[in-house]
Amino acid sequence: MSKSNSKPISHYQNEWPLWEVFYQPGNGKPFEHAGSVHAPDAEMALQNARDTYARRNEGIAIWVVPTDQITATTPEDSEAFFDPAGNKPYRHPQFYSTPRAVKKRK
Amino acid sequence: MDTREKLDAFQKRIDNDEKIEPKDWMPDRYRKQLIRMMSQHAHSEIVGMLPEGNWITRAPSLERKLVLLAKVQDEAGHGLYLYSSTETLGARRQELVEDYIYGTAKYSSIFNYPTLTYADICVIGWLVDGAAIVNQTMLAKSSYGPYARANIRICREESFHKKQGYEMLAKMAAGTPEQRRMAQDAVNRWWWPTLMMFGPPDDESPNSAELIRWKVKTKTNDELRQSYVDQMVMEAEAIGIKLPDPELKYNNNTGHWDFGEIPWDEFWNVIKGNGPMNRERIKARRKAYEEGAWVREAAMEYARKKQLREEKAS
Repeated sequence: MSKSNSKPISHYQNEWPLWEVFYQPGNGKPFEHAGSVHAPDAEMALQNARDTYARRNEGIAIWVVPTDQITATTPEDSEAFFDPAGNKPYRHPQFYSTPRAVKKRK
Repeated sequence: MDTREKLDAFQKRIDNDEKIEPKDWMPDRYRKQLIRMMSQHAHSEIVGMLPEGNWITRAPSLERKLVLLAKVQDEAGHGLYLYSSTETLGARRQELVEDYIYGTAKYSSIFNYPTLTYADICVIGWLVDGAAIVNQTMLAKSSYGPYARANIRICREESFHKKQGYEMLAKMAAGTPEQRRMAQDAVNRWWWPTLMMFGPPDDESPNSAELIRWKVKTKTNDELRQSYVDQMVMEAEAIGIKLPDPELKYNNNTGHWDFGEIPWDEFWNVIKGNGPMNRERIKARRKAYEEGAWVREAAMEYARKKQLREEKAS
């Protein structure tokens, strides 16, 4: 930061905590990540999330989660982490064959 | 460290049209350029509320007040989507905001022009938001995932902004002689500044090549400007508005509209802080930030006490 004249002293401890926002776009739909908001508590985080991400009924339900409470995989580890699923073609129906006669009847 | 191998691998991901996500490795400069560009974009949305807010109490009917209020609220939302995605790069919200209110961070020069009549509100919707859509439609394909997603959200709402402005201007342009004069006068004043919104010409835009190589942007300033002109010529004609450029002429060879020399001196002058409203805008933002400080503090304190009470009760 530079050339400040009337700048108040900045206290990051006064910055409202960050919350991640998830919303359900419609009945029966899974929740999606929308973005984040700053808010002093969970109640205001919900209100801010509504005003920021659902001004046009984009969501019928909202979740807010403190950002620092989310545990996530890291890109560096993701190869090894997801590797066990990589060589199991037998988990997919395409792995198996069906008699021609049965296929035709579809 | 940005080693050659890491840089090459990164460029390969970009060339394959992969999106870069917050935790992925990225060159230091990619991160810095994004923070600069995205926070400028966020500041622009926030300061963009001021010229329009100027007309909320004087909009000509309840309906127009409601529309303008909704639009100004959207601009706040756009600013917040963008701050939120800039924070995924490790920047702090408060630092970003203060770097613009007290520091040297920039915002779009277009918001340093005054809104003299209500026709200016129509023209901001049509021309300013029209230009913003051209730019943001490109940015919706940006290589940085959170930035692309923020722009997709913005574009959806921006088309309401543009259409309401264009419809109002069309009404004004078909109104009384005085209304027609107002509409034309506003277009005359805003046309050239909106052409400047796309930034300096390609040969004077130092960041462009790098941003395009990284697919942060996918088109150059001049390409975007040209597609804006082509579109607006048609829309102006459809409502009987004249664009104030005697050199506008369809070019059969290129299939585009040629236009006159943009007054770049004015652009650089406004960037330097000498536009008609630069001082006023920063003053208004400082006032809002400083006079809101006690509210932010009180809300935090209220949340702390409420939590204490809940802990005691349990």
